[in-house]
Order: sequence, then structure tokens, then C-alpha cells
Amino acid sequence: MIINHPLLGARDAQEFTYLGDASLIHRPDWQGEDPSGQFHDYLYLRDNPAGQHRELWFHEVGDRSWLVVTRNTLTHEITNVELARDVARREGRGK
Amino acid sequence: MRYSGIRVIKEALSGHKGWGPLWRDPEPKPHYDFVIIGGGGHGLATAYYLAREFGESRIAVLERGWIGGGNVGRNTTIIRSNYLLDGNEPFYEFSLKLWEGLEQDFNYNAMVSQRGILNLVHTDAQRDAARRRGNAMILNGSDAELLDTEGVRKLYPFLNFDNARFPIKGGLLQRRGGTVRHDAVAWGYARGADQRGVDIIQNCEATGFKIEDGKCLGVETTRGFIGAGKVGVSVAGSSSRVMALAGMRLPMESHVLQAFVSEGLKPVLPGVITYGAGHFYCSQSDKGGLVFGGDIDGYNSYAQRGNLPVIEDVAEGGVSLIPALGRVRLLRAWGGIMDMSMDGSPIIDNTHIEGLSFNGGWCYGGFKATPAAGWCFAHLLKTGQPHETATAYRFDRFRRGYMIDEKGQGAQPNLH
Ligand SMILES: Cc1cc2nc3c(=O)[nH]c(=O)nc-3n(C[C@H](O)[C@H](O)[C@H](O)COP(=O)(O)OP(=O)(O)OC[C@H]3O[C@@H](n4cnc5c(N)ncnc54)[C@H](O)[C@@H]3O)c2cc1C
Repeated sequence: MIINHPLLGARDAQEFTYLGDASLIHRPDWQGEDPSGQFHDYLYLRDNPAGQHRELWFHEVGDRSWLVVTRNTLTHEITNVELARDVARREGRGK
Repeated sequence: MRYSGIRVIKEALSGHKGWGPLWRDPEPKPHYDFVIIGGGGHGLATAYYLAREFGESRIAVLERGWIGGGNVGRNTTIIRSNYLLDGNEPFYEFSLKLWEGLEQDFNYNAMVSQRGILNLVHTDAQRDAARRRGNAMILNGSDAELLDTEGVRKLYPFLNFDNARFPIKGGLLQRRGGTVRHDAVAWGYARGADQRGVDIIQNCEATGFKIEDGKCLGVETTRGFIGAGKVGVSVAGSSSRVMALAGMRLPMESHVLQAFVSEGLKPVLPGVITYGAGHFYCSQSDKGGLVFGGDIDGYNSYAQRGNLPVIEDVAEGGVSLIPALGRVRLLRAWGGIMDMSMDGSPIIDNTHIEGLSFNGGWCYGGFKATPAAGWCFAHLLKTGQPHETATAYRFDRFRRGYMIDEKGQGAQPNLH
């Protein structure tokens, strides 16, 4: 697979390591309601869809940026790549 | 029809005209006591033991495609019970004992071959870990032997013993481990279940559940609604998709694992070997091909095919362990989709929906589990209680903090 890095252009997926579902950006608030239930769901439960999947990749042997890659799990086709930082800010994360 | 030596001779003399199909091709009935979704090894074994051990007869197995088309027909056929943890080892030892009697039990040649599995060690720390695991196995009534370098050399003289970085220091040998003809497991269980009245319904995909007041009443399928007293889901890589139809999210990701077969060779590899310094495992099929594999590709996938980097990685691991492999040509590569759980261990449990139970999360190691998983899932469906060897395989273990994490990797499925 080739990942089209927003800053560096087309890079081989071998340069990256894979973390998983992009919802991992949204760590629950430990002071919120039912934190242990929230952390259980956050840590262990996944949608695991067959089709479009937004997921976190880390450019480990490159510029060490985190990316959110939108990829079809049925075909491995990648349709969108963004810096995870931009996605996190857009979705309301402070830093 | 019972298979026997006499039968083979009789058929040989009469032009092999007497062999019939191994199972019927029935139309689905409107209602069954037990409906199993997924006609892989586990689903078929579940139906078989429900009929054979628990005396049930109104059972259906629903298979989306054809039986044996999933992971049961795609795996590298290794069976073993060399686990460390308490939640696992008694279960896998139960499974290995069932393998030992399976062919007589279901009267079918599954080519169960206890040729031994050897996990190589390359450092002192690995040897310590192997000794500890071997002791845990023996404590659970299994067999284990720790070999030194010379012991390994006697069995496999052609390995790369003097590799400067990863010299072979010995290995943990389980002589009762080995390989089984994977398709024959599906066919043998299907035939045995069919003979006991189980309807095996192929080309029948489950598309939804009928759930009322927290109770599951049956399954919507591409061949109409099928009512059920109890529904058991056993769909391996499709676990998350199917359970989502019941509104559940699972502690799982689906990943692709590849496997490889070389051209046919004369007998070179008497048993199963696994490399301790890279991910590579290998055995030789009775046809002569070397059957081998390594790591999963590492990203969510439902594609049933992997990518080249892993092929390269597996080939490198293979050649560094067995330099002679460099001369061997690869014939085929394929992939299967596995339900990788968050701790690398499976789930055989009831759900919060009455009448709906689940068996899955087998990762890349569910083939060896087939007999025991079928038995334990049948036990759960029949009695509502987990079998004594499967009490740890619960949904709520993540919430309670009782993970069964053989590798100690944490909630990161692609590392298990
Ligand atoms: C390449 C590879 C190598 C492996 N090597 C080993 C090994 O050496 N040793 C080992 O122990 N394990 C191994 N495994 C793992 C093992 O194969 C699996 O864990 C095990 O086969 C899973 O159980 P099963 O046989 O029931 O799965 P499957 O055969 O996949 O059965 C699941 C069935 O459910 C059906 N299904 C899915 N959705 C639906 C639906 N909606 N309705 C109806 N039916 C549906 C599928 O079509 C499929 O036939 C390997 C796996 C792979 C892919």
C-alpha cells in the first residue's frame, strides 16, 4: 500500500506503524461520568467495519507524524490522508 | 455409510460407484432448536457435539458460502497445546486429547499427524521462558521436552545453528503436537453432524436477528427467516459484522494472515518448527510442499489477501533459519480474515440477549481449538453454563481486568 502523506507525498506503508481506529484520538475524560466504563469501551471495543475505516498510522521511519488514513478494509484502497493533529483540532481536541 | 478398509476394497472392485455425497443439501425448515451461524470448523464441530454428546437433533448450521471456504480451509494446519496461562492450557490440552481420538470418533480420515512441534530458542532468556512454559504444560497434564542444541541438531541438522546473531540454543518440543488435514476436519464434522440429523444449509447468509424483549427468536437469512430456540454465532473473521446485527460492539479487530506453500519436495522436514528470532513457522505437507507463514499484515482488513511486505518478511525469516529454502520456489500464497481479540484469547460466552451466544476471537490459533471449541460451545448452548475448561473465555474479562494475554502485549490486536 502507498500512503499519500500530506507533507511528504507518496510513501510506502512499510515506513509506518499501525495503531487502529481513529476514534482513539478521543481519550475519555477521567473526571467525566462513569470513567471506568468509558475507558473500557475506549480501550477494548471497536466498530471494526467492513468498508470505510478511519485509522491512525505513525510515520515511524519518516517524519514521525501521526496520520488519519481513510481506507477501505474490503479493498485496501486509500481515499484520504490527513495529519492527525489537524483532525484532532477540528474535532475539538485542545492539543 | 461407514468407512472402513473392507469398504475401500469393495468399492475398488466395483468401480467406485458406491460412494455417495457426504452430507445432504436440505431446504431450511421454519424452526430449529439450535441454529449455528457459520459453517467453519467451529460451527460444524458445535453442531456435531450438540448431536453426539448432548443428544440434540433439531439443529441447523447456516453457511454464507460453502463449508470449508473460510479459515478452516485456509490455515497452516498446526495443532498443539503449548500455552502458558491457566485460562488457556487446560482448554488446549482438552482439544489435543479430542484430536487424538477424533478420526475414530467421527469415522473419517482427517490425517491427524502427531509429528511434534518444536519452538526454537536463541537466547538464555528465551530458554528460561521455554522451560517455564514447558513446566506449565506438564502441570496441566500435557507433554513438553526441553532440547539443547545437540537435541535440535539430531532432529533438524540443516538449520542455521551458527548464525552469529541468532544461534540456536535449543527448543521446546511437544511431541504430541503436529498437523491435521484442515479440509477433512470440516468434511468429517459435516458428515458426522449430517448423519445425526443436522441440516447443513450452504449459500445461506445470516442478515439479521429477530430480537424481541431482549430475547433472540431467530435469524433473518438470504433464504428467509429461520426461527430458533437458541442461536450460536461462530463466524471467525466476520464476528464483528454479524454481532453488529444484534447491536453489539466486540473487543476485536479483523486482520488478514497470509500463508504460503512451496513446490513439492522429497521429505525433508519431519515435524513442525517455529523460529524464535523472527516470525516464521513451517511444516511439510504429505504432498511434499512446505507450508509456512509468519506475522499478520497488521492493519484492519476483510480482503482475504495480504500485501508484499509481509511475504518478504516471512521469506527472510525462513531463509535465515533454513538457508536451503533459498533454492525452493513458492507456489501459492493466500490470506484469511481473523477476529483478533484485544488480549489474543477467545470468547465462548452468552451475550446480554437471551438465546444468543457467541464463539469467536480465535485470532490465528483457532484451528487447533476446533474440537474443544465445538464441544465447549455446544456445552454452553445446551446447558447455559461454560464448560470447565472454558470458564475464562468471557466477554466481561476486559471489564473485570482478567485478560488472558499470553504475549503480554496489551489491547493492541495487531501485536498478538
Ligand atoms: C493463513 C492462516 C493460517 C492459520 N494457521 C493456523 C494454525 O496453524 N493453527 C491454528 O490453530 N489456527 C490457525 N489459523 C486460525 C484458524 O484457521 C481459525 O482460528 C479458525 O479456523 C476459525 O474458526 P472456523 O474454522 O470456524 O472459521 P471459518 O472456517 O472462517 O468459519 C466461519 C464461517 O462463517 C461464515 N460466515 C461469516 N459470516 C456469515 C453470515 N453472516 N452468515 C452465515 N455464515 C457466515 C464464513 O463464510 C465461514 O465459512 C490460521 C488462520 C489463517 C487465516
